[in-house]
Amino acid sequence: MMQDRAGHRRDATLSVPIVILVGIAVVMLNSTDAVAQTRSITDNSITWPTWEKFWRALTLRDHTTRVVVIGTTLLGMAAGVIGTFAYLRKRAMLGDALSHATLPGIALAFLIIGEKQLGWLTVGAAVTGVVGVLAVMGLRRIPRVKEDAAIGIVLSVFFGVGMVLLSLIQELNTGKEAGLGSFIYGKAAAMLTSDAQTIGVLAGVVVLCCVLLFKEFRLVCFDQAYASAQGWPVALIDLLMMSLVVLTTVVGLQAVGLILVVALLIVPAAAARFWTDALLPMTLVAAAFGAISGWFGSTVSAFVSRMPTGAVIVLSAGVLFLISMIASPHRGVLATILRRWQLARRIADQHLLRAMAEFEESRGLATTVDESELWSMRSWTASGFSQVLARAARTGWIARNKHSVQLTETGRASARRVLTNHRLWELYLIRYADIAPSHVDRDADEIEHVLSEELVTELRQALKEKADVPPSPHNLGAGI
Amino acid sequence: MRSSAPSADTNKHADPFATMILTRRDVSAIAEDHDAASPLSIHDMTVAYHRKPVLWDIDYAAPAGKLVGIVGPNGAGKSTLLKACLDLIPRASGSVRFHGEPYRVRRREVGYVPQRESVDWDFPARALDVVAMGCYGRIPWCWPVRRKDREAARDALSRVGMADYATRQISKLSGGQQQRVFLARALVQDARTYLMDEPFAGVDAATEAAIVTLLRTLRDNGKTVLVVHHDLQTVPEYFDHVVLLNMRIVAAGPTAEIFNESNLQKTYGGRLTLLDKAAHVVAREGRR
Repeated sequence: MMQDRAGHRRDATLSVPIVILVGIAVVMLNSTDAVAQTRSITDNSITWPTWEKFWRALTLRDHTTRVVVIGTTLLGMAAGVIGTFAYLRKRAMLGDALSHATLPGIALAFLIIGEKQLGWLTVGAAVTGVVGVLAVMGLRRIPRVKEDAAIGIVLSVFFGVGMVLLSLIQELNTGKEAGLGSFIYGKAAAMLTSDAQTIGVLAGVVVLCCVLLFKEFRLVCFDQAYASAQGWPVALIDLLMMSLVVLTTVVGLQAVGLILVVALLIVPAAAARFWTDALLPMTLVAAAFGAISGWFGSTVSAFVSRMPTGAVIVLSAGVLFLISMIASPHRGVLATILRRWQLARRIADQHLLRAMAEFEESRGLATTVDESELWSMRSWTASGFSQVLARAARTGWIARNKHSVQLTETGRASARRVLTNHRLWELYLIRYADIAPSHVDRDADEIEHVLSEELVTELRQALKEKADVPPSPHNLGAGI
Repeated sequence: MRSSAPSADTNKHADPFATMILTRRDVSAIAEDHDAASPLSIHDMTVAYHRKPVLWDIDYAAPAGKLVGIVGPNGAGKSTLLKACLDLIPRASGSVRFHGEPYRVRRREVGYVPQRESVDWDFPARALDVVAMGCYGRIPWCWPVRRKDREAARDALSRVGMADYATRQISKLSGGQQQRVFLARALVQDARTYLMDEPFAGVDAATEAAIVTLLRTLRDNGKTVLVVHHDLQTVPEYFDHVVLLNMRIVAAGPTAEIFNESNLQKTYGGRLTLLDKAAHVVAREGRR
């Protein structure tokens, strides 16, 4: 059960880099497309904007740009919010099956109506999208079809059907089919003012529903069995959650495109998880990340012609994810490296102190130890050893005198504490874990540096050890 | 009235397969044979996973105000028993009553502590958030958690000795502390009957002692507590009553009377080959 859940989380996190790669691919594909289509030497790629154009786009000077940007920003916010719950419910990848399953619906709606009416296309998309989700749920009931396989099957088959239908439409050549392809990659520039307004309203609905159902969603995401024992209709709550995911996906199709819209659900949520350990802040951060991605993506694509909006939105979300992964204060890569480095330093310090304490034990208090003698106690590198010595002298643990070293008062107190921890842990391992005395030294080495104050007290009680510094179990004189 | 005298059940299921067939016919005759005074009475309950029966003909009435241990080997259906009572998994047959009424009526009076492993502890929540979930049943749809609910949650946390950990992220708690958070979540409900699924699994000695004290306090306040337990050694010390379970109830009653060598032999010794085979046959037939 546990492994299963951990696996799902891994899948969701794994999908982040994949989605980002697809985003990059789409950007590159489009720029080469441009080359092929225009067949002109002078106009052979993306046209980069002038600063003035850039400024106009950023400050939302143009009415159309303004509408599009506000629409996609709201969309990003809504996707961040509902995405947080989908991510925590481990349903994020179901969104991928859903978005790909919308393609046949778009094509069918076009075939039936005969022209590109956004309202009906959206309805078609929603219908086959829901059918896709139901298909995944149905496939999972069959023994030996796991969830990932079910999602893969539905995603690819529905997308395949959609592509076949699209090429059929192209064959018909009615002349009205232009722009259907933009649903695949997304093209915010094709949005009308009314489209953007619809997106804004629906995004508002999604956010409002999540605010109202916050408590219910939290309960079902965390502990479904308990929710159901408490009398909450888990299936209904799940259905509501999935409906909001469907709504966000379908609304986002035109702006982001069906290949990448799932990223808007997963990536902001996954990025937000790095910054906080509580649900409400996570939802807010995800909403902010989604909104920033939506705003940036649509702004860039508004002033760089032929730049696909969806891909840029997803890439900005990807950048936010990377920053979160590296720089977050608790879970980030940098923080982890820093913590490890600090621990390594502390361990080296404690090794030095323990060596000194052992010398004092055999030779008497305030003994002076030759640096070379001290060095031979552990496998220190030359530079590592001199760093440790310098640091210990700076801290005031040791007094250095030419080539010999002596513990100071404060150094002695710390050194004896380190030695005590080491000895207590060794004794515990010998007495309770039945580990041979010749082996415990190394095991104790790993643990002693992380023993907390209360654990040491517990150890003392368990071992009934009264001596300030317990004697060495090795019986090798100085404990060397 | 079988359910009112659980200890008399001891030898009724010497041949469970035959009993099952008999009971099917008897259902109408002894239907609704529940003891209204019992906090939890189970009548003729059979539970199946994917059509494969895992619990056969459970008849049981828990005594009020006692600490009851549910004991049996792996795969005996201990957790399934609790889940089936709480309507979490469907029953193939039989009925369950809490204080004489179905679970959906008595829901507020029953506190459930699921297995600790049943959730992902990396969920973004603090200890207090999880405990407050015990109040959700009292809060209407779409309403946020109120201040008095948070106060109640804080109270429950201090009852399990975790007052200092209220704002701690749940993934940073030890296994024993996580278990205590789950207990606090059930306590916050202020139920009359508690069903706990392996609360002692994988906890440290300090937590185990704290939980035992808590269970005794609950009992002394007149609550009934049923606990799925896996450590046979501590059964006589912890529980007043015990249910020995292995796909059916082998024996149930006061610990002093039924927790003995021969009953344990019947529960743990030798697999119930016939019952197991029958279950497989039923599953296969059902699939066709």
